[in-house]
This record gives sequence, C-alpha cells and structure tokens, in this order.
Amino acid sequence: MKNERKRTFLLITIPILALFICFNTIPLIRGVIYSFTNFKGFGSYDWVGLRNYIDLFQDPRVGGSYLFTFKLAICSTIVTNVISLVLALGLNSKIRAKGFFRAAYFLPNVLGALVVGYVFQYLFTYILPAFGQMIGSGTLSSSLLSNEKTAWIAIMIVCCWQNIAMNTIIYISGLQTVPQDVYEAGSLDGATGWQQFRYLTFPLIIPFFTINMVLCIKNFLMVFDQIMAMTKGGPAQSTESISYLIYNNGMSGGQFGFQSANAVIFFIVIVALSAAQMKISSAKEEQL
Amino acid sequence: MSKKDKVKTNWPVMVLLIMGLSTIAFPLYMAVVIAFKQPSEMTNSISGILSLPSKWSLANFAEAMEVTDFWRSLGNSIMITVVTVVLCIVLHSMLGYAIGRNRAHSKFYGFVYLFVVSGMFVPFAILMMPLAKQTAELGLANWFGVIILYVVFYMPMNVLLYSGYLVNIPVALEEASRVDGASTWSTYWRIIFPIMKPMHATVAIITALAVWNDVMTPLVIMSGTGQNTLPLAQLNFQTQFGTNYNLAFASYLLALIPILIFYIVCQKQIINGVVNGAVK
Repeated sequence: MKNERKRTFLLITIPILALFICFNTIPLIRGVIYSFTNFKGFGSYDWVGLRNYIDLFQDPRVGGSYLFTFKLAICSTIVTNVISLVLALGLNSKIRAKGFFRAAYFLPNVLGALVVGYVFQYLFTYILPAFGQMIGSGTLSSSLLSNEKTAWIAIMIVCCWQNIAMNTIIYISGLQTVPQDVYEAGSLDGATGWQQFRYLTFPLIIPFFTINMVLCIKNFLMVFDQIMAMTKGGPAQSTESISYLIYNNGMSGGQFGFQSANAVIFFIVIVALSAAQMKISSAKEEQL
Repeated sequence: MSKKDKVKTNWPVMVLLIMGLSTIAFPLYMAVVIAFKQPSEMTNSISGILSLPSKWSLANFAEAMEVTDFWRSLGNSIMITVVTVVLCIVLHSMLGYAIGRNRAHSKFYGFVYLFVVSGMFVPFAILMMPLAKQTAELGLANWFGVIILYVVFYMPMNVLLYSGYLVNIPVALEEASRVDGASTWSTYWRIIFPIMKPMHATVAIITALAVWNDVMTPLVIMSGTGQNTLPLAQLNFQTQFGTNYNLAFASYLLALIPILIFYIVCQKQIINGVVNGAVK
C-alpha cells in the first residue's frame, strides 16, 4: 500500500520534472555556457573566457540600458503604488456601484501590453502634441516620444496605466482585511484622516504593500512589449530596456554570446533583488 | 442597513472616481472612433481626430481582418491558450499534489519544490536565445513548442499555488478512499482533483491571461513559421498599416475584442483569480 503510493508520486514527479529541466534548467545552463563564447547565433565559435563580461562593463549601450531600465522601474513603481493606494482607498470607501468601479478600473490589466502600447504611441505622437499646441505649452507641443529626454516618461505612463489596475485590486483586498473595530478604537483615541491612515491602516496592509513592490519591480525590470510597440529602443537608444537589448542584439544582431553574458548578469540582478526584497519584507513583518 | 448606507455615500470620492475613469475611457474611446473613420476624416486638429465618425462603417474591420489574417491568428491564439491551460491544470496540479503531500517529510520532494519554485526568478531574457536554438534543434519551433514552453514557464507559480492549497485539504479524505482499496492515482482523480476546483479556476485565469497577451515567446519561437498569434500579428503587420491609422486601430480593436468579451462575461472570476494568485 505504502509502496504503491510512493511509486505513484514518483511516476507523477519524474516526467514533469524532466520536462522542467529540459526547457528551463538546461537552457539556463546553455545560456551561461554561451556567455563564455563569441557565438554569433550561427556557425562556429571559440571560447573567449571572461572577455564578454569585461566588455559588458565597458559597453556604453549596455550601461545605458541598465540605467534606463532601473530609472523606469523605480519611478514607475513609486508612481504606481502611490496612485493605486489612493485609488484603493477611494474604491473601498462608502460609494455606490462599487462593483462597477472596481471592474472598470481593473480593465487595463487584462488588455495586451503590445496593443495598449500601440494605442498610446498614437496618443503621444498625435493627440498630446495637438493638445499642447492648443494650450500653448512648448514642452507638450512636440511628441514626448521623439525626444531622448522625455521618451521614458511616455513609457512610464503606459506601464503605470496597466499596472495601477493590478496593484489597486491587491490593495483593496488588503484594506478589506482591516477590521472595522480598529477604526472605531482609533477614532476614540482621536485619530483622523492622515493619522488614521499612517498609524492604523498602512501598518496593517504592509504585507500587501510588499506584494505590490515585488510584482512591480519585477514586471518593470523585464519591460519589453511596451518598448517594442512604442519606441523600439529609440530615440538614440534612450529607451532600450535590458530585455529589448538582449532580444534585439542577441537574436538578430550577431551578439548571441555577448548578450548571453548580459542576460546572465541580468539574471543575477533579478535574483539578488528578489532575495533582498524578501529579506527586508520578512524583517518588517516580524517587527510588527 | 441600506438606508444607512445611502446617507453615508461619500459623494466627493465618487465624483473623483468618475473623473478618474476618463483616464481609462479616453484611450479606448480614441481607439474606437479612429477605427471607424476613413483616412479622409482625420484632420490635424484634436477635434478632427476625436469627433465621432460621420458614418459607422465596418469597412476598416473587414480590411484589417484580411490584412492580418485575423481568423487564423485568432484560431492560433485560442488553440495555444486552451491547450496550455488544460495541460497546466492537469500537470501542475499533479506535481503540486505529489510535492504538497511529501514536502514535509521527504528531503527529495522538499528539494524538488525549491528547485521548481525558484524557476520564478529566471527571466525569459536569459532563456530566450538558448531556447530559440533548442526548439529549432528539436523541431519544436512552432505552436506546439510554444505550448510546451508555457507549461514550463508557469510551472513554478502554479505548483506553488497548488501545493499551498493542498495543505488545507486533510489527508484523512484520501485515507478513507484508500481503505476502500482505491489506488493513489484513482483517489487523486476522484477526490483530490475535484476538491481543488477553486484553485483550478485561479490557475486557469492567471495562465490564460498571461498566455493570451504574451508576445515574446511566440515572437522568439514561432517567427519562422509564418503563423501568428493575435498580438504577434499586430507586430508583424505593423509595417503594412503604414500611415493608415484607421486600419491599424481597427486591427488593434479586433485584437482586444476577444479578451474584452471574456472580461465582461467573467470579470468577477477574473478579478478574484488574479488577486488569489498574487496574494498567495
């Protein structure tokens, strides 16, 4: 009896695990191996040792993509979380048609990022400049996307537009876990408005804040679809995200080996960030 | 109770929320009016672009369907999504079951759990190039390969969800059936699999949304086949739209309509599913 159970579990686990190893672990290892070669994606290649990694740190284009990606991820995370939290408080207050509002505000999350990117590209290229001219604003009357300094803002807006939907819903489910008597006790002590939020609500929803931070940072660091739809990395490579650079130069630019090294570094960055985030958040939750 | 609620309705917040909705409605409104217009109606002023079309004609949609081979792309998208979701529910719940029941007392399953779940931290960027090579070598550079990859990519998340859910299902349920002489395998399908229904719904929704909207995997794996998924078609036919934005927007709307219908029909389940998946 016991053996039958054990055998069934093994028969389930081994083939599925084999599939996972085949299409996750092995490509990961191959990626690391390619990163030590000068492979172009076709033909023969030689071992180059740490050459790719040394070059990586001196390549301005790679450096630029890291700067852009982190700038985008940090700013988008802050903007998304602030707006989501305010929106969640609003949606959780005493309003009519709660279900409708929630569903409507969640809508952007289900739409494909690529198509949303195309729609916003048009909006930033034609509608916003026309609006800028109408109100006589110099900065707005040319397209945000055509300027190296402002293109990232347009991408940030699109990223936020979609991610706010997700984060808001998570904050709402967090707010619903706060028991009503906490507020009653708080109001007896004279806590109102901001104080109530700062000392009562927010500490109680910190686990949800953590989830949102993790989701946001990870999503934004891997940003790809929006770049593909809106700028293709331009103007002047100012909006090349790490994923886009790896895709573009690695798959068709003949830098298979070099971009593999880039991907390895990116992988290490993601793992380090995730580990740090988990450590910080578990320490914070313990404090409470 | 309802009377009390009415008295307390927070009107200022409601007004702000209604105003806020315009940020969501505006891009969609713009997409709709442009999709229905003719290029000649597009003047350079905002009012020219954003006014309602002079007549509501479906001509742009018909043309967009032809240019982007809409029905084939739609068929590919539906097929890939449905097969992926079914395989994910069957395979991931089984692995989640094996791991969930053994993780506590077996080092091997404890290791398998950590091994699979840590796959969550592997960005697609590092797998992309080796996978493009590997799928080509194995003759899987097609829709079937894409499905296999999805089953692998969503395994960490789904196994985490399933094995977490199993902790709350008492082992006693299985023992009762075992006493009756049923095998572990049939006990699983008769008792455990149906009990996990709420988790199947969560997994199905998260996986379906992610697969349906994904661009990168089909872009990297299927690019040589001439086949498209719905998002991939938008990318590949972008150049054919040229400056005919009316045609382009008709095509974008066509790409959005299936998911919009799905959302309108089961928004409750979708929102719950997504929240469950994220919070756990």
